[in-house]
Amino acid sequence: MTAAVADAHDHHDDHGPAKGIGRWLFSTNHKDIGTMYLVFSLIMFFIGGAMAMVIRSELAIPGLQFVHPEFFNQMTTMHALIMVFGAVMPAFVGLANWMIPLMIGAPDMALPRMNNWSFWILPVAFGILLSTLFMPGGAPAGGWTMYPPLILQTGDAFPFLIFSVHLMGLSSIMGAINVIVTIINMRAPDMSLLKMPMFVWTWLITAYLLIAVMPVLAGAVTMLLTDQFFGTSFFLAAGGGDPVMFQHIFWFFGHPEVYIMILPAFGVVSEIIPTFSRKPLFGHDSMVYAASCIAFLSFIVWAHHMFTVGMPLTGQLFFMFATMLIAVPTGVKIFNWVATMWRGAMTFETPMLFSLAFVFLFTIGGFSGLMLAIAPADVQYHDTYFVVAHFHYVLVPGSVFAIMAGAYYWLPKWTGHMYNETLGKAHFWASTIFVNITFFPMHFLGLAAMPRRIPDYSTQYADFNTVASIGAIGFGLSQLLFVWVLLTSKKGEKATAEVWDNPPGLEWTVPSPAPYHTFETPPKLNESHGFH
Amino acid sequence: MPDSRANRSLIAQLLVLVVGSFSFGVFLLPPLYDVFCDITGFGGRTNSEAAVVAEAPDLTREVRIEFVTSLNEYAQFEFAADADSMTVHPGKMYFATFTARNLSDESKVAQAVPSVAPNTAAGHFTKIECFCFTSQEFQAGEKRPMPLQFIVNPELPDYVDTITLQYTFFDTARLAANTEN
Repeated sequence: MTAAVADAHDHHDDHGPAKGIGRWLFSTNHKDIGTMYLVFSLIMFFIGGAMAMVIRSELAIPGLQFVHPEFFNQMTTMHALIMVFGAVMPAFVGLANWMIPLMIGAPDMALPRMNNWSFWILPVAFGILLSTLFMPGGAPAGGWTMYPPLILQTGDAFPFLIFSVHLMGLSSIMGAINVIVTIINMRAPDMSLLKMPMFVWTWLITAYLLIAVMPVLAGAVTMLLTDQFFGTSFFLAAGGGDPVMFQHIFWFFGHPEVYIMILPAFGVVSEIIPTFSRKPLFGHDSMVYAASCIAFLSFIVWAHHMFTVGMPLTGQLFFMFATMLIAVPTGVKIFNWVATMWRGAMTFETPMLFSLAFVFLFTIGGFSGLMLAIAPADVQYHDTYFVVAHFHYVLVPGSVFAIMAGAYYWLPKWTGHMYNETLGKAHFWASTIFVNITFFPMHFLGLAAMPRRIPDYSTQYADFNTVASIGAIGFGLSQLLFVWVLLTSKKGEKATAEVWDNPPGLEWTVPSPAPYHTFETPPKLNESHGFH
Repeated sequence: MPDSRANRSLIAQLLVLVVGSFSFGVFLLPPLYDVFCDITGFGGRTNSEAAVVAEAPDLTREVRIEFVTSLNEYAQFEFAADADSMTVHPGKMYFATFTARNLSDESKVAQAVPSVAPNTAAGHFTKIECFCFTSQEFQAGEKRPMPLQFIVNPELPDYVDTITLQYTFFDTARLAANTEN
């Protein structure tokens, strides 16, 4: 493999990273910004996780023990907002910042100053959101979906909630524009669109989804704001509006949003599984078409989140079948990953373990999604713990495991050292066991009709809730192992440029750690990088 | 950057997309939703202005009309239908009366918002005259009957034998208070 980057000695006049805090505040370097996104999302993951611990402690046994019901509802609302917008989305943007330029042979992101801006909006947005916990009336407690009229009863926190959502949207839109411009205009000369690695492809599609739906969310929350303060009646029935319309607009954003959180995860595991199976990705182009199909279908299935609001039969049928149709392209992806592994010389390093768990556990979440798609059955499942089990299966062992897999996979490229494999595997096994102990019993609770977002429950639900709470505490503590891995990540042996056994992709042609500036001259693609 | 012109035109296109999808959410979806509800009766939407319909009674068919009333949480009113239900012939005009009383010691303005279930019946339930067409002012403690005149369209699908008409009573002062803020 040829070193695509000139030796660092040739660049004596070139500036490295700036010194001190200024390096981070004013950075326009995709690697620095990627690192900041990832660290930020890890911090949010622990803050949101701490809220989950409050929720599960309260639910460990029947009755009210630790917190006031109103505070419990603030916890469920804030946990969701922080995990969705603060942990999962920024983590994928961080991976995109770090890896997309390296994967397509670009020197940096196309719009480096905007990149800095889109990151630094996030701490402000979440500072505002977290500050609502200390306001009169407390943090928002009406659920992350912000349905009116309930959400309009939020205290002083209400306008802060709206503005923080605006800022998150602004940050995502700027990040998405940056990703698209980078991918479209800055690829290495011989990299045609269909030669792009899957992670780049899934991010290109995700970025378009973001641009299409984040403004719709911004619009929906703006209408909430004007309803509350400027006398409009978009969602107020007394003034001729309709609260159900909010649900339609919200889920028109909300359903593509769930694919925003999973498509980059598909991309990450599509990079990892070929490396550790020592085979090229099976059906690369069909993966691209499948991801595009999923993106398109995500716009026409939103009302399956609201089967119980009352809908004409034809509407229910349409949304039911359109939703089930998504299982087809998703199935294509699952089968392609399995086919990639088929007769491969597989090894099971930590990134591969997380990817395998992703494929298996995400599929479980996909199947419970199919059950929820059945309109008549959904009337039973709606707003129960079955829904909680479903979306946690696709988000935790789905998105979060893919992020973890990506972090372990590229960590040696970032730090220049191998992480502690034993600790990594311990982190994997603890996470996988506890995530199932946490969320699997929730299926049973949901089928027995335990409602979501309630701090207390009937005693018949007691045992499964105790099991879930034990699992949740275990899962939360296991994540400290990941922090330990990160803190000790520079103590391992030096990583080679390739890190793994002949992995595909241009990112492995630069030294480890990746120099501050890479690909100042565009690389040539050849077969040894996995391009044909 | 060598291809900054390509960047600028792509950014411009993407910004148009951003503005477009914001406008779609705020300016296009709400009116479209209104039209959709008016046409399909989705959300139990019925006519909100007085309508004139010629009578053509179908005495062979009977449909049960059920009245349900509820109060929005801010409304300090008593509000109920005088009769819980009535049996009607499609194509014939009927009267029903509701009674409302202001429970507070100040004058209030109320607005009743109707909804018809099932949705498929909403378009066939026509209000000739209704207290819900305008907001209603009540003096402190005032009690008065509220008339409704309606007709069920004979084209009501055969499988519908019961129609539920639901009114929610709102105190519009809260809306007004919002405007003053």
